[in-house]
Amino acid sequence: MESVGNIILYFIVAIAMVASAFMAVTSTKILRAATYLLFALISTAVFYFQLGYQFLGAVQIAVYAGGIMVLFVFSILLTHKPNEKAAPLSQHRRRTGILCSVLGAVLLLFALFEMPLINGISLSEAIGGSAMITMTDIGHAFTGTERYQYLLPFEAVSVLLLACIIGGVTIARKE
Amino acid sequence: MDITLPILILALPIAMFLILGIGGVKMSRKVAGVLGILGMGTTATLAYIVAFTYFFSGNPDFIIDGVRLQYQVFDVTWLAFTQKLIVNIGFLLDPISAMMLVVITTISFLVHLYSWGYMEHEPGFQRYYAFLSLFSFSMLGLVVATNIFQMYIFWELVGVSSYLLIGFFYKLPSAVSASKKAFIVTRFADLGFLIGILILSYYTDTFNFINLTSNPEAVLTSTGGATFMGASVLTWAMVLIFTGGMGKSAMMPLHIWLPDAMEGPTPVSALIHAATMVVAGVYLVARMFPVYCVVDAAMTFICVVGAITAFYAAVVACAQIDIKRVLAFSTISQIAFMMVSLGVAYDRPIEGVHYAGLGYMAGMFHLFTHAMFKALLFLGAGALIHAVHSNNYTAMGGLRKYMPITHWTFLIGCLAIAGIWPFSGFFSKDEMLAAMFARHWFWGAWMTMVAGLTAFYMFRLYYLIFWWEENPHYKEHKPHDAPWQMSLPLIFLALVSCVAGFIPFGELVTWDGVPYHIHIELPVAATSLSVAVIAILLATKMYRVKNDLPTKVKNFWPTLWEAAHRRFYWDEIYQFVVHKIIFGIICRSIAWFDRHVIDATMDGMAKVTNVASNSIKGMQSGNVQAYVIWFFLGAVALAGITWLCLV
Amino acid sequence: MDLSILWYLVPSVIMFVCGVYGFITRKNMVAILISLELMLNSADLNFVIFNRFLFPGSMEGMVFTLFAIAIAAAETALAIAIIINIYRSIGSTEVTETNKLKH
Repeated sequence: MESVGNIILYFIVAIAMVASAFMAVTSTKILRAATYLLFALISTAVFYFQLGYQFLGAVQIAVYAGGIMVLFVFSILLTHKPNEKAAPLSQHRRRTGILCSVLGAVLLLFALFEMPLINGISLSEAIGGSAMITMTDIGHAFTGTERYQYLLPFEAVSVLLLACIIGGVTIARKE
Repeated sequence: MDITLPILILALPIAMFLILGIGGVKMSRKVAGVLGILGMGTTATLAYIVAFTYFFSGNPDFIIDGVRLQYQVFDVTWLAFTQKLIVNIGFLLDPISAMMLVVITTISFLVHLYSWGYMEHEPGFQRYYAFLSLFSFSMLGLVVATNIFQMYIFWELVGVSSYLLIGFFYKLPSAVSASKKAFIVTRFADLGFLIGILILSYYTDTFNFINLTSNPEAVLTSTGGATFMGASVLTWAMVLIFTGGMGKSAMMPLHIWLPDAMEGPTPVSALIHAATMVVAGVYLVARMFPVYCVVDAAMTFICVVGAITAFYAAVVACAQIDIKRVLAFSTISQIAFMMVSLGVAYDRPIEGVHYAGLGYMAGMFHLFTHAMFKALLFLGAGALIHAVHSNNYTAMGGLRKYMPITHWTFLIGCLAIAGIWPFSGFFSKDEMLAAMFARHWFWGAWMTMVAGLTAFYMFRLYYLIFWWEENPHYKEHKPHDAPWQMSLPLIFLALVSCVAGFIPFGELVTWDGVPYHIHIELPVAATSLSVAVIAILLATKMYRVKNDLPTKVKNFWPTLWEAAHRRFYWDEIYQFVVHKIIFGIICRSIAWFDRHVIDATMDGMAKVTNVASNSIKGMQSGNVQAYVIWFFLGAVALAGITWLCLV
Repeated sequence: MDLSILWYLVPSVIMFVCGVYGFITRKNMVAILISLELMLNSADLNFVIFNRFLFPGSMEGMVFTLFAIAIAAAETALAIAIIINIYRSIGSTEVTETNKLKH
């Protein structure tokens, strides 16, 4: 049995997540869309916390909800006039989008409910059945070369970020 | 034997061909001519050295206990297609190849020299010398071939050079069509040759001449008695190989190209279409002689084809106006003579026959003497044409006073071909007739008749050119003897024709290398000589001075004369078969099929592709969102299919 | 009442198809990028959910998500740099306008 608080939290977050995701793609004002995206990201972070990944949740908030959102807002402010509304959707385009997304949702949900990948374990059992992931574990995972340790991908990501910095500078530079 | 000389013999002409062919345009005529003559002269000298070493050095490689051997100077793998199909290239020395080396290089050198005068003012002089060198190379490669495939390759090369040289005056439509005709007819015959080679080598697993001829019984047994359409496979193979020889040597019914080949320059006719290339068929039969001997049917076929051709060509030669055509038909007739001579020979003793291999020796002897005197006659004809600018004897007559050198040398050539003692033709023809009489009286009698016809038409030609009546045109344009470059070969060849008969040929060339002492068979010699003399007297009576006897003879049976003049309508028959039947019926239906079925299929495929591309090219819009839609729908479809499969 | 794996996967799926819808219908490049982030986020969430419920003893899903976040951050930064650059040169961020490179 889950605690009632957990269940209530789940519902709040799930509803917030679905609603903000929906609003993020339907809002005609781009800045609002970005704000709804922020809510969706924060909801995801809350899910991470609830699932027992505190560090991941913190990274989600710091990098996504913090860093990337700032970029979004900056770019929107740079490229849009205040209160500029998106052009109304053509009927054809909306229909195609709805068709695709509904089709995808039906298929995915159908698969979720039909496929025997559900082991029926509940959240409290899953969390209780494993040790808490500490920062030490994560640090070891990122800096070792043993099995289940990821020094090489870590370094690869650092090189990628460097490449992105250079690329960003090159692209954004004024001629 | 050192391989340097043999390689040089082949390398010099091809080098000359490349030098004159590539650099010829930059050279003056004089440089190109001298270069070509010197190159051929050197080749001739080397060939003489090689041939004399072979015949007279007594080296145990070449002769053991008086028996001449076949010796491969070198024989290297050239094309190794599979384990079994390996084509070698090499240099085979044996009596006939050594003899052919002498013949080819001598005539070729003389023709090179002669052409310097004859072709002096023609455009493309350098190209002409390049082609002559190419031909010499191909012909030399042909005669020294160690295996039948090498021979085939060079066989095609001589065909190509012949084509190039016949069509040398490529601005004349007649020369172009003559060269095409020669190439197509011989090429058609070579198809038979190739099939024959393939059949033979399929059963014997070898191309090598020594392997094939040293044990002909093994060749016979290797086929295992396989038959095809009532004849043994070996018979088919040998007859098909002989078909190639029929094409090159202008035997009936594949003779039609040779008279037309006279469109080429006259020295070319002397070299290729009288002395060397056209005897390639005879040479081929001689080369494969022991194998032919085990196939009686093939030998009989050779005899019959030869006998018919010899008679036919001799009759046609009596009714031609163009002097080169007369000589061309005479060549056909004489080559057929050699064929019959080979056909009556046998490689083991026959009861009641003094020496069964005599026909082989005599055929080769005649090949040698004929090459000399027929080249002489052609070169003489060239000198005549050079002087009067016409090929027809109607434009000549009474020339003996104006062109004494040509007259005397031409007369020697005529006497030689007619078989008058002591000229060379007498000796070789006598041996051939002796061999034919020994085998069966019919062959002897038939060919004696042909020999009589030969004497008649040659002296008809001689009298019509040099006697008869002086042509009135000489007053405006006085004919004179040719320059020294042209006269020198004539005199040389005339001398050779006078003395060549006394060469002890039997000591040098026999089929098995065992020397044979030639002696003249008096009854045969007396018969043939008297027939020849009677024929000459008849020709003298008819043509020495202008009279109306020839017209009377002609009008006695005009249809026959007309038919002989039109070569018994062989060309018309070919025209009919090719144009009406092959082109008109077979090719037209094939063309229809090609146009309406094959082409239409291709067009249809192109059209379908075009339409399909046009209809879907809109999808390649560059619109990322459209791509995402397709991508997403595709992913959904894949997932759906996967799920359906799993359930 | 148990919070099983399905409870978490369903909102994630809805967020994903919302992203698909937005990606297809939006014309503004920034809005398309927002939809893209939604889809990416949903995928990240799925990794973590599967890790927690199906393989509670290991942490590979979480590590993968950490990498994904890092790469997504880099990608977004670069994409926004490109968008701003395009805006500077053609004065618009509509995808229908950005076909100049084709010609």
